[in-house]
Amino acid sequence: MRVLGISGSLRRDSYNTALLRHAGDLFEADGAEFEIYHGLREMPPYDEDYDTEEAPEAVSRIRETVRDADAVFFVTPEYNSSIPGALKNALDWISRPVATNPLRYKPVAVIGASSGMFGAVWAQAELRKVLGAIGARVTEGEVAVGNAGERFDKNGSLNEPNLEQEVHEVITTLLADAQSAKTSQPAVNAVTP
Amino acid sequence: MSTIDVQALPAGTWQVDKVHSSIGFAVDYMAGTFHGTFSDFDASVADGVLNGTAKVTSVQVKDENLAAHLQGPDFFDAQTHPELTFTSETINRDGDRVTIDGEITIKGHTETAEITGEISDQIADPYGGERFGLTLQTVVDRDTFGISWNNPLPSGEPALSKMVTITAELQLSKQT
Repeated sequence: MRVLGISGSLRRDSYNTALLRHAGDLFEADGAEFEIYHGLREMPPYDEDYDTEEAPEAVSRIRETVRDADAVFFVTPEYNSSIPGALKNALDWISRPVATNPLRYKPVAVIGASSGMFGAVWAQAELRKVLGAIGARVTEGEVAVGNAGERFDKNGSLNEPNLEQEVHEVITTLLADAQSAKTSQPAVNAVTP
Repeated sequence: MSTIDVQALPAGTWQVDKVHSSIGFAVDYMAGTFHGTFSDFDASVADGVLNGTAKVTSVQVKDENLAAHLQGPDFFDAQTHPELTFTSETINRDGDRVTIDGEITIKGHTETAEITGEISDQIADPYGGERFGLTLQTVVDRDTFGISWNNPLPSGEPALSKMVTITAELQLSKQT
């Protein structure tokens, strides 16, 4: 099982990327291959004029990487009560053309962290809405890591067993959804016959 | 076991004339009613039992992004559940009115449904065949089929009604 991890934060010492790395350890402990996507910073702003058959290299790369994954695991911060622009921009590129976009029917999960107390719950809700509109198979489950500056030990692991358990539950559900999708025969993948 | 009122539908086997028939839905959305149709469907009457199917990928609306969203897991989930189906269990006729009880399956959920509508007299068509018409509708709660997507209005009320009217305008041609 190949899982792609995407952090909505570009910051070097991002709590969300730290959470993603920790989640990656848990995925690998469960037997999955895990890869973090680095490259949101290189993506140009979405522009339909450039959304042609020969897409920008950074766009082609993320589309292919998402297509090759069995599941995608998102970790997002919250900027102004919503999704970071870089992450939304990447999703806008990935989602075109809509009928064949690589997130269509792809099992995905969303968790998030924030330095404040609410753990990016609004951004997570927005991200789930966007992923649903794109056609992804959004896994149940939410983990809000609030006060993230105090939630990691020196090894990068979560220092609250309850949060660790919640993250693991989302991972388990996502892997089950991905396994189910992998073993079932896709009936269709087009907008119109 | 189905119980059939033998007077309800004409005897024999009848196949839908797809060109002159339609299957669609209507649902209140924001300040009006939104309509869609399925272009790829099938329907037949045999031994007094009405069967119908519609392909989710054939949903027709006026925007390709919306069509894709309707096919996705938020709504019908075409990949996992490619068809909507209906099978009648009992059909009762009173003049030109019909009441059909049966089972409707959407997104893998099967629920009982009462369909009401009108039936036309059997006529001879210009092509040497026989046909009759059914104009049917039923209202379903989409929540019971696992289709719960919504988007709140500024008032906090949901933009999309959970009650959906499914319609079928069928012309059925006698099979020899």
